[in-house]
Amino acid sequence: MRQLMSGNAALGEAAVLSGCTHYFGYPITPQNELTEYMAKRMGELGLCFIQSESEIAAINMVLGAAAAGARAMTSSSGPGISLKQEGISYLAADELPAVIVNVARGGPGMGNISASQSDYFQSTRGGGHGDYKTIVLAPASVQELTEVVPLAFDLADKYRNPLLILGDGMLGQMMEPVDFDGLARPADYDKPYILTGAKDRPARTIHSLIFDTKLQEEHNWKLFRKFQLMEQNEVRYETYLADDAEMVVVAYGMGARIAKGAIRRLREEGLKVGLLRPVTLWPFPAKALREMAKTVRDFFVFEMSAGQMVDDVKLALEGEAHVHFYGRPGGVIPMPVELSRIVARHYYQARSRDSAAKEEKR
Amino acid sequence: MKTVYERPKLLKEAHFHYCPGCGHGIINRLIVEVLEEMGLGGEAICVAPAGCGMLLYNYFEIDVIESAHGRGAAVATGIKRVRPENLVFSYQGDGDLAAIGTAEGFHAANRGENITVIFVNNGVYGMTGGQMAPTTLLEQITTTTPVGRDSCVAGHPVRVCEVFATLDGAAYLERTAVNRPAAVRKTKKAIAKAFQCQLDGRGFSLVEILSPCPVNWKMGPLDACSWIDEVMVKQFPLGVTKDGTKPTGGAKDVTAATRGGAKDVTCS
Ligand SMILES: Cc1ncc(C[n+]2csc(CCOP(=O)(O)OP(=O)(O)O)c2C)c(N)n1
Ligand code: SF4
Ligand SMILES: [Mg+2]
Repeated sequence: MRQLMSGNAALGEAAVLSGCTHYFGYPITPQNELTEYMAKRMGELGLCFIQSESEIAAINMVLGAAAAGARAMTSSSGPGISLKQEGISYLAADELPAVIVNVARGGPGMGNISASQSDYFQSTRGGGHGDYKTIVLAPASVQELTEVVPLAFDLADKYRNPLLILGDGMLGQMMEPVDFDGLARPADYDKPYILTGAKDRPARTIHSLIFDTKLQEEHNWKLFRKFQLMEQNEVRYETYLADDAEMVVVAYGMGARIAKGAIRRLREEGLKVGLLRPVTLWPFPAKALREMAKTVRDFFVFEMSAGQMVDDVKLALEGEAHVHFYGRPGGVIPMPVELSRIVARHYYQARSRDSAAKEEKR
Repeated sequence: MKTVYERPKLLKEAHFHYCPGCGHGIINRLIVEVLEEMGLGGEAICVAPAGCGMLLYNYFEIDVIESAHGRGAAVATGIKRVRPENLVFSYQGDGDLAAIGTAEGFHAANRGENITVIFVNNGVYGMTGGQMAPTTLLEQITTTTPVGRDSCVAGHPVRVCEVFATLDGAAYLERTAVNRPAAVRKTKKAIAKAFQCQLDGRGFSLVEILSPCPVNWKMGPLDACSWIDEVMVKQFPLGVTKDGTKPTGGAKDVTAATRGGAKDVTCS
């Protein structure tokens, strides 16, 4: 059944349907509707909701709940996500599953409460201290948000690693039609590591302190191999009008929604522009980009930031194609028409660059 | 022949890493003795701190999880809300609970979280080399108060039990010491009472234990024990600070899962 819901509320419902039994949160705009939705829903279902004293407490409650075997989640926005980094690092080190939602806003510092994509680096580089990564899912519609939530819980359990859902204030607060009919609760995994009391078995411990550097190195390589598996198996992306494209826009989340609008305009004007939208920001669809670079010479990165994902695009392409960039930081949300004008300019400049090069060869 | 002394089965056959004369070893042993006597070894889940107590899992034959520095009460909260039927306790130092983890401890107490905190007050940051703790006495010399703690610069020693006693969610709070045989026996009783408080679903319980750290106090073990009696207890008086009876709260008919094990309690 289709219903009209805000992204924040839809995310909450999807979490409940995915078997989330424990939610810990602290108010911050623009994700408040999610915390409030969970307060109501978890209460109705007799499940656990705590409004914690801080984001640090919330993530550590998540850690405790995950260690005890629960499907646990927390959510926040930039300033609070910064506070959660301590716990996220411990979750990764302890190999505990958890889902963390960032409904991002303009930064740095307190910033503002408008939608922004300035937390890309923090999300995709681990974010906290130490040598670790987390899968980052970046949906671009309220419906897709509900689809990545069960996937998030499943992948967190599968790899025993914290996972980030990265949205923004626009996705969180706007209402769109959604249906939950296709949402299947992810299967439960065997969890031989959880703490239940050592009644009929040897005692278990969960810790990240490893004094012996050789063993710490071994542990870090083990984590690294897990991250390699994620890179092999969990890359997700969408392409749009990319088959015959001469220029491919790379954008994610709500940025990709804006880019789609721009691309439709450009197509109407006869410009062969397509889109690659990473759904997983980490692991990044680097292979897909390199594959495209066999026929596409120009990639145009659009972000609602001063330029972060553009680094990953450059790393992926290894100089095999030209990389263009347009960004609007600070919570400014550009219209598709603005983006289409800039893309068009770069498109024609690239064409004249190529024809000038051909001339020179002659 | 009568057995008067035995290694508790819940204590692993490992050497404690603590310095000579340290109180942590005594407290570790008391905890497992109580668990064993109460038959709770199979139910207990311990949250270990960052601090000298952080290697508890090398000694305890029970489930143990390490927490980040100061987050013990939050981690214990998460565990207890999933497993209300288990006995969940954190083990925390004074830096851990009364400085970096004040918010987590304070609010777990305020929620009446049905957990127990074993709080080791040794007046210093033991693990990092004897810096000032929130509990460091005025004029006490530490590596970061080289001429003695001056309240104008570094504030006053924090009395955790008295502060937490003002919170309606705190059910049982007692301060004891481990510097004399009689004090050790009292501490054991206090730990048992705190665990029983949790089993009865009464809410937050905490035992603050004055514990010698001879190395960082720059004293011999015996002098350190005397110093607790002669100096430390003046700032930190021993005894029960609070022994409330009922958990309090706002919601009606809350389930064990939502309340974290204060089973079948209807809050008013
Ligand atoms: C976030 C963070 N800050 C600092 C430390 C370093 N650290 C480890 S233990 C400790 C203090 C321990 O003192 P206390 O809690 O009193 O325990 P004790 O060793 O005295 O038993 C500190 C500061 C850390 N591990 N994590
Ligand atoms: S430093 Fe102090 S608290 Fe730590 S083990 Fe040594 S005596 Fe005990
Ligand atoms: Mg200490």
